Amino acid sequence: MHNFDFAKPSTIADAAKALAADGAQALSGGQTLIPTMKQRLAQPTVLVSLTGIKEMQGVCMGDGGLHVGAATPHAVVAKEARAHYPALADLAGGIGDPAVRSRGTIGGSIANNDPAACYPSAVLASGATVVTNKRKIAADDYFQGLFTTALEDGEFVTSVIFPIPQKAAYVKFNQPASRFALTGVFVAKFASGVRVAVTGAGNDGVFRWAEAERALSADFSASALSGLSVDPAGMISDLHGSAAYRANLVKVLTGRAVTAAG
Amino acid sequence: MTKVSMTVNGKAVSGEVEGRTLLSSFLREGLGLTGTHVGCDTSQCGACVVHVDGKPVKSCTVFAADVAGANVKTIEGMANPDGSLSVIQQAFQDHHGLQCGFCTPGMVMSSAALLAENPKPTEAEVRHYLDGNICRCTGYHNIVKAVMAASGQDVSALAAE
Ligand SMILES: Cc1cc2nc3c(=O)[nH]c(=O)nc-3n(C[C@H](O)[C@H](O)[C@H](O)COP(=O)(O)OP(=O)(O)OC[C@H]3O[C@@H](n4cnc5c(N)ncnc54)[C@H](O)[C@@H]3O)c2cc1C
Ligand code: FES
Ligand code: FES
Repeated sequence: MHNFDFAKPSTIADAAKALAADGAQALSGGQTLIPTMKQRLAQPTVLVSLTGIKEMQGVCMGDGGLHVGAATPHAVVAKEARAHYPALADLAGGIGDPAVRSRGTIGGSIANNDPAACYPSAVLASGATVVTNKRKIAADDYFQGLFTTALEDGEFVTSVIFPIPQKAAYVKFNQPASRFALTGVFVAKFASGVRVAVTGAGNDGVFRWAEAERALSADFSASALSGLSVDPAGMISDLHGSAAYRANLVKVLTGRAVTAAG
Repeated sequence: MTKVSMTVNGKAVSGEVEGRTLLSSFLREGLGLTGTHVGCDTSQCGACVVHVDGKPVKSCTVFAADVAGANVKTIEGMANPDGSLSVIQQAFQDHHGLQCGFCTPGMVMSSAALLAENPKPTEAEVRHYLDGNICRCTGYHNIVKAVMAASGQDVSALAAE
């Protein structure tokens, strides 16, 4: 790994200043970035740790729903979101393994936008708002394809605000070697309709399955999906599963998520 | 180089580190605490798990500078004050929860974190919690048995294959 200068600011304002420098990059839990730096796929000259910023830590109810600080580790969300948004707590508690959950954070996960990551599906299915040091971004505008988001240079996620659905569930089909999702589906039922977000399947990363949303908004039951099929074009195909296999998983897991949501 | 200070196994320690110095390197090379093993260095195997402020972390996947001031516990801090093995370590020995022993420091640290959170886990909970700790020798059964035994549960009925 190439060396770098290390900075650990304690406020969002100081982090914004440090991240404005040339070659500066945010470090949150490091569970993605450190392996990436070891492979020299990232070589920041300044690494700005966000883990010492109190304003970016923790889970609480507030305007617009559940506020989750961007530097909150998965293990804390698994515990503290349980009373307010159990499906989100379940998702956080199923990421990787306990040691990954001690360090890895929601901000790092959605900034990275790995096509097999769990959190992007919760953010998109909940219609959450991504709050940065500069603005608020609707989930539908935030995810822009493989490892790509609406974040601009020097911009970083400070929190995510989740509206609380009436019913919701996340079902993850584990890829046991990586511990990521081979495919995962998050279903959220609001008074205004149902949102379905799929991770681990699309070539362009997380996406909404519009046909299922329409069918489930009319009838929230797994059987409402029976006439639907998912087009394998545009699905990820790799040694763990073909595009057709993943297309089928999307439908099966959506049904299971609806049943689990009750 | 910057100076970092932290508490390791109850003792105040400090040392000079680069930004890129991993906690695993600081412990092994800086402090000579080579009980923490580096199996993969790619965040997959869990051999390097230590506790940081009571939480299990992969020490190969955290920078020493990022945990300055923290309270760190490694396998060297697990034995009882008189030097005898802790309940978990003794259970690993009694139930043959290790063969080559390479994964054992991480297994013991993860198991200790589990039992601190959940003192009487089911077999399924033990297996789930140890998901991130890979062992290439034992086939896991005896590790699970050791953790169940360390939690004070009867393991006579657990499969021994
Ligand atoms: C063994 C293993 C298993 C895993 N399994 C899963 C899984 O099942 N599901 C899953 O979803 N993930 C999984 N992960 C990934 C894990 O959840 C990561 O923690 C997460 O993807 C990245 O979060 P982080 O806090 O570690 O970010 P970091 O690694 O610190 O950063 C990741 C990227 O985001 C940027 N960044 C970090 N924070 C911010 C911010 N606030 N604003 C803007 N940019 C930021 C960094 O610059 C970097 O580019 C796994 C990881 C490992 C090692
Ligand atoms: S050496 Fe750290 S996870 Fe393998
Ligand atoms: S005992 Fe050899 S790797 Fe586990």
